[in-house]
Amino acid sequence: MNPRALAFVLAAGALFGFGLALSTMVRPEVVLDFLLWRDLGLLLVLGGAVAVTFFAYRFVPRLFARPWTGGEFQKHPSEMSLRTLGGAALFGVGWGISGVCPGPAIAGLGTANWPLAVALAGLVLGAYVQGRFFGGRP
Amino acid sequence: MLLGLGMSLLFAATGLVGGMSTVFTTVWSFVSRAPYFNAPRFLSSRAWRLVYAAGLVLGAAAWMVSMGAPEHTGVPLWQLAAGGFIAGFGARMSNGCTAGHGICGMASLQAPSIASVAIFLATAMVTARLVKACL
Repeated sequence: MNPRALAFVLAAGALFGFGLALSTMVRPEVVLDFLLWRDLGLLLVLGGAVAVTFFAYRFVPRLFARPWTGGEFQKHPSEMSLRTLGGAALFGVGWGISGVCPGPAIAGLGTANWPLAVALAGLVLGAYVQGRFFGGRP
Repeated sequence: MLLGLGMSLLFAATGLVGGMSTVFTTVWSFVSRAPYFNAPRFLSSRAWRLVYAAGLVLGAAAWMVSMGAPEHTGVPLWQLAAGGFIAGFGARMSNGCTAGHGICGMASLQAPSIASVAIFLATAMVTARLVKACL
């Protein structure tokens, strides 16, 4: 990937990280309060993010023939399978225990929230065990 | 909304769809020879995914410096470790997390993602309640 594209990736990641911090998603306590129905504000965060992204996915490919830095417009790959849905169920269990999902685990380090490094280590290890022993043939 | 803008910028500029959890698989391709981690789709995306993760840290740090303060979670470490491990396993098995299924998948109206979000919200709410009740 060319350096210009990577600069855009970095900027997009920074916007996302700033948004996670601003919306308090980086605080596991807030996420757990949301999951316990004490504070449903995060529904607005998810709704806003989905709405904006929905319009981008729909209209950007009509406005531009190609992405600004070249390449092709891609899609989120997923299939309706026991793997996808079973994995989602497990993911929810983990998320419900810790209040930490992948984005905030990474962004949280930027807010000097060091205990989140433990969650990040757990996520990375979980991904290893999944890929190494349950990945099957790619 | 900013989350959506980040996703939109990524898509408009590079055409990429920015799930977060795949980076946890692709980082292993740097150190492991296991065939799964070295699949073409992981090797070809590992560089930008790391840059994207670095962007997340930078963006959150920018927030801390400009309008926030350092954070410190009081959630017990065992919860962070165990929850992280299970969520990491599940997200990779499912090929998506709150970002990949929740934002990207739902925004592209993918049925498997919408079903996944409904399922993980449900299991997360039940689990959070159980953990709360047991403590």
